[in-house]
Amino acid sequence: MTEQLNKNLKPMSEQITYANLLFIGAWAGILLMLITYFIYITGIISPHVDIAVIIQNWDKGVDEYLKITNSPHGWGWLSLLNTGDFLNFVGLVLIAVLTIICYLFLVAGYQKRKDWIYFFICVFEIAVLVLAASGVLGTGGH
Amino acid sequence: MLPKFRMKWFCSVALMTLFLLPLIATAAEGTGISGDSNWPWWVWPIILFVFCFALGIVAVLAGVGGGVLYVPLVSGFFPFHIDFVRGAGLMVALAGALAAGPGLLRRNLASLRLALPVALIASTFSIIGAMLGLYLSKVNPNIVQVCLGVTIVGIAILIFLSKNTEKPVVTCQDAVGLALGISGSCLDEATKEEIHWKTHRTLLGLVMFVFIGILAGMFGLGAGWANVPVLNLLLGVPLKISVATSKFLLSITDTSAAWIYMNKGCVIPLIAIPSIIGLMFGSFVGVRLLSIAKPKFIRLMVIFVLLFAGLKAIDKGLGIGFLG
Repeated sequence: MTEQLNKNLKPMSEQITYANLLFIGAWAGILLMLITYFIYITGIISPHVDIAVIIQNWDKGVDEYLKITNSPHGWGWLSLLNTGDFLNFVGLVLIAVLTIICYLFLVAGYQKRKDWIYFFICVFEIAVLVLAASGVLGTGGH
Repeated sequence: MLPKFRMKWFCSVALMTLFLLPLIATAAEGTGISGDSNWPWWVWPIILFVFCFALGIVAVLAGVGGGVLYVPLVSGFFPFHIDFVRGAGLMVALAGALAAGPGLLRRNLASLRLALPVALIASTFSIIGAMLGLYLSKVNPNIVQVCLGVTIVGIAILIFLSKNTEKPVVTCQDAVGLALGISGSCLDEATKEEIHWKTHRTLLGLVMFVFIGILAGMFGLGAGWANVPVLNLLLGVPLKISVATSKFLLSITDTSAAWIYMNKGCVIPLIAIPSIIGLMFGSFVGVRLLSIAKPKFIRLMVIFVLLFAGLKAIDKGLGIGFLG
């Protein structure tokens, strides 16, 4: 009885894996952001959009801003990774992709336990997040 | 441990910064600094960092997420377009939730059985909210500004009125909760007491997350202000589990909305990164100050700040100019 109770009080192993991945990923993302931002603002790598141009246009709507600054939407930033400003997206994307990676471990865990309801909930969640990340939805702009 | 007077000093400075920096930013905007800059560009990241640092402290002490304070204050007082504020606000809320998540999961305070079904609904509808918000912003950004203001005033009233229950009594679990196996146990480290919980009114609670998801995506707000009352008061989940699960939930809900904003081009690193880092560091200091702070006073201050920020957003959206 006590053993069963203790078992209930402990999180399942995939939950711990999820936590560990989240811990490493979140801090790696923040560290990356600090490094890339430093590179950006010190001008070690020149930016795609000059900072003065950003400041002059950050009060405009996103479509107009992208047009003026000739900035990409969707995954277009990948081709501009050699510029100081878009290099910052490495850290930002890492923290945005973390949950999807963590969910893959949950899918495996629920499959092992044959907990099919939660297995499908996780599969659907991954599908939703991948759809959002894919850029298929709402990236139409300029 | 910092001496008590220094901690009080920290709290006071944080609150003052929260009031003063937006005013400085507004003054700068008024004198055309955002466009034809008389100030060097690096002033803006520094102002944002210091402001978000203070925001992080106050948010932890008041028990609210950073996003709910960030979006109305920054959109109301800083020169940035609301599209970029919402994009940064979601990244701020996401980073905060991701950093808090591991501890909550390891201690079994955040419940996966509760979070996963709720997250699926909230994250799906936060995509719809984000797309709707971006569409409305394209039609007329003032519509979003006014709706944001009304929502923020509503949140302030909700925080003021909601009386969360430490351990709600759930006599009988409903069919949906039972089918999904939404129940759990954890150890309260403060009292060494085992907490066993289950849910009721689960279906209604799940439906509520449709609206929470839409609001979170539409305005770029973390939705902890709505998650906790629904989990605690409606579903009957103990307060500690509700707060922890809500924080973890944000890491999923905000991910989907953040991707929509990021793909649309609404995340400007110059704005987003000092905000994220400032808020994270502020949250660490806030946690240390929790032991000496007077949460009731801070809570009242935050309600006041939210009311003011909400009214300012309405004022800005309607173009009245009553609040400067």
